[in-house]
Amino acid sequence: MKEIKCECGHVNPIGTVLCESCGKPIEGNQHIDGNDKKRLLNMRYDGTARRSQTFNKTFIDKVWAFFSSVKVGVWLIVLALIASILGTIFPQEQYIPINAPNRDPAVFYEAQYGIFGLIYYQLGFHNLYSSVWYMILIALIGVSLVICSLDRFLPLYKALKIQKPKKHKTFLSRQRLYSESENVTDEELKLVKERLAKMRYDITEENGNLLAEKGRFSRWGPYVNHIGLIIILIAAILRMTPIFYFEEYVWVREGETTVIPGTDGEYYIENIDFIFDVHDDEKFAEALEKEGMVPSNYQTDLIVYRADTPLPGAEPELKPILEDSVQMNKPLEFDKFTIYQSGYQLNEFSSMTFAIQEKDNEENDFGSFTIDLTNPESEYELDNGFRVVIDQYYPDYYLDENGVPASETNYPRNPAFVFLVYPPDENAPEISFVGIGRNVDATGENNYKLGIQDFDMRDVSGLSVKYDRSLPFFGIGAAIFMIGVIQGMYWQHRRIWINPNNGKVLLAAHTNKNWFGIKKEIEIAIKDTNITMVEDQQELDKSS
Amino acid sequence: MDLLSVSSTALYTAFFGYLLATFFFGATIRDKRTDQHRKKRTMERIAFSLTVAGFLAQLVYFITRWIASGHAPVSNMFEFVTFLGMALVLAFIILYAYYRLNFLGLFALPIAMIIIAYASMFPTEIAPLVPSLQSHWLYIHVTTVALGQGILGISFVVGLMYLIKVTDQSRRTKQNFWLEFVIYILFLVIGFVAITTTFNAMDYEATFEYSQGNNTVTTEYHLPPIAAPNGGTLITEGVMEPWFETPAWFQGEDAGRKFNTLIWSIIAGSIIYLAARLIFRKRIGATIQPLLRNIKADLLDEIEYRSVTIGFPVFTLGGLIFAAIWAEIAWGRFWGWDPKEVWALITWFFYAAYLHLRLSRGWHGEKSAWLAVIGFGIIMFNLIVVNLVMAGLHSYA
Repeated sequence: MKEIKCECGHVNPIGTVLCESCGKPIEGNQHIDGNDKKRLLNMRYDGTARRSQTFNKTFIDKVWAFFSSVKVGVWLIVLALIASILGTIFPQEQYIPINAPNRDPAVFYEAQYGIFGLIYYQLGFHNLYSSVWYMILIALIGVSLVICSLDRFLPLYKALKIQKPKKHKTFLSRQRLYSESENVTDEELKLVKERLAKMRYDITEENGNLLAEKGRFSRWGPYVNHIGLIIILIAAILRMTPIFYFEEYVWVREGETTVIPGTDGEYYIENIDFIFDVHDDEKFAEALEKEGMVPSNYQTDLIVYRADTPLPGAEPELKPILEDSVQMNKPLEFDKFTIYQSGYQLNEFSSMTFAIQEKDNEENDFGSFTIDLTNPESEYELDNGFRVVIDQYYPDYYLDENGVPASETNYPRNPAFVFLVYPPDENAPEISFVGIGRNVDATGENNYKLGIQDFDMRDVSGLSVKYDRSLPFFGIGAAIFMIGVIQGMYWQHRRIWINPNNGKVLLAAHTNKNWFGIKKEIEIAIKDTNITMVEDQQELDKSS
Repeated sequence: MDLLSVSSTALYTAFFGYLLATFFFGATIRDKRTDQHRKKRTMERIAFSLTVAGFLAQLVYFITRWIASGHAPVSNMFEFVTFLGMALVLAFIILYAYYRLNFLGLFALPIAMIIIAYASMFPTEIAPLVPSLQSHWLYIHVTTVALGQGILGISFVVGLMYLIKVTDQSRRTKQNFWLEFVIYILFLVIGFVAITTTFNAMDYEATFEYSQGNNTVTTEYHLPPIAAPNGGTLITEGVMEPWFETPAWFQGEDAGRKFNTLIWSIIAGSIIYLAARLIFRKRIGATIQPLLRNIKADLLDEIEYRSVTIGFPVFTLGGLIFAAIWAEIAWGRFWGWDPKEVWALITWFFYAAYLHLRLSRGWHGEKSAWLAVIGFGIIMFNLIVVNLVMAGLHSYA
């Protein structure tokens, strides 16, 4: 194969469909864009030579040709679309409802959705979006984006740069908008030219041949937005590395100071106060009556400390570096981290004080002891010789299906105990079951009982601490994408050719979208001249 | 008169304005003879002015409600869907100003009205915002999404017009069956509005009790119970006994009541549809088809494509980019594969595929019109099914 010289004298690269200069269809290449079967020319890439359509010998040629096909690209998009739908049939693992009887995915899907749930789980669809095959699919879309763009951009850019106002008659007559006119005077042509210029067309003139063009830059829109998408995909890959992304979730109880995991003990957070407010505005009365309580604020007043460890193994010295409050929708930043208010648990018991009383006369008090519920001791000894052993501790007491006492969670939300009470100098204990609103003497022979004398409650705040250095890349990618789509879609590349040819004037026009708009402009340009209005040669309207 | 009643009056006014405008747009089509040209122009002007007036009234609704509640009225199903109707009208106004196509009004305004009527079936009182919604991004994100969806909605309307125009109605084909199916779905929405309004006017109420996890909850039906909640007991006396229970695998908050509403919508919509069929004695598609005789299929195809090209960037900006920015601020992650997010991505994939297919020959015209119809179906799915059926972070209503 050799380069092709057109009759206009221009030398075209191999695989060119329409001469880059005069647009004449090049014999033998018309099948590439399907021009051989249609009356109108396919103007998609201005008939330029694309690598994918030209070379098909080596393996690389074949891979290139495969990925440069828009058809393949669309198929990949459709596959990603279908795959994404599959992932929403049942909730993904992280969205298994909190109140589900069993949140273990191995149990949840089958219990909740039967055989389909089981299959869903076994196929790994409960983590579909992080599955290897889904990521490969997205990556293939990325490959397709790059190859499609490279395959088309350069030839198109070159062709649009070297195009000439004089076009071959075949090229003109096979455009969608075309007319031939007779008796057109030079004054009229001049008028048309001026009007086109007024509508902000760029005019190129050569020996009386006219090319009016505008909005060429919109042709680059697709390539620009594809670059944006590629940047986004690269950012997504970067985000998988710890250099770019860090996230930890930490529960901090009011009054407690907790190390932020994953920071090598460098940072601590102290929860001063967790604030939970509800709406009580009069204007929402009707809605509140219907919906019940609606929260209005989740907030943690906190202090962040940086730890200085002077010597390895020594107690760290905590230096406060930030004292502020974090709210939902108002994250807090310190150093390279951002803190988000992500969860809460209200009214957890922190300590309970029990009094030993005579069973039949509660006035008779034998002293009391306090249990720290986050760190209960196994045995409490009173000065007067009473000894209390914790036999069972249920932080979050409930009766399971079989009526057996159990703990629903490990958090002291509804603490209950089985105590063994050893009165002074006794070896046989009395057994007591004590919880909120419960005081059971199992044997019925106890002389003493334990009464809740006092308790402290506190809230727990769930904070996520993270940094994400990939964000700027996502931001840049998204911005470039938006510029690209707006450039490509809100502007159109319009070209109007006016060529004198054997005493006639040939007028043809092409736009990549908005044919209605270009027709209106042609009408304005040729008003009151002998130039015939273009005919729309597209055949969607067979019926009318 | 307080602000909220001003607001709801304004919304009624807007609805009425769109209704009148539809009739005037209809009147422009009847007069084809040239001597009627002047009259047609007048009708056209009245119709368009009424549309704009309706839109302004809806804007009054929007602003007064915003002032009354203290936040942008796009925070629950009623408010969002109403706003979507408004966005559709805005998109229509913009495209009409350019293309001057009266037929578009005749089809776009009724669709907008159906959407607004559908919206008003949800609780309409002003409700406070939960902490996750308290952000300026609420109105930045939601209004942009709605605007994008409204513009894409026009491509649906025009695609539907295209299909009604070109589909062969002389004999039964796959095309006219599915076209009729799409029209039937619109009837179901009308059925839903009709049946809900009827029983609301009667103050119908039946309460059920059922257990959810370890709690016992109650739910109020405002339509006679055909399907009871799963494991529910009727506690209201003197009302219809339910016929059966909603299957357990129906997910989401209050699945039984929603399923019951769906059954009623199908019954009511089907009755209205059958009545229409009996009156016209042919498919609804075939009934409307002659109206579109004088319109160029080419022009419809172009408006449909253009509304996708205009709507797609707006949707991307609102539904993906602004959404991600807000999600990053509120939840500390800009993307979390929540069902709503995934369906926004699916919508985006779909229109991306549409735009690429338009590059090739053979995907203009009818096929492309079908895609525009399906695309809007996906948007509606994301709005209705994902919000009401799938459990997720966006289940606000």
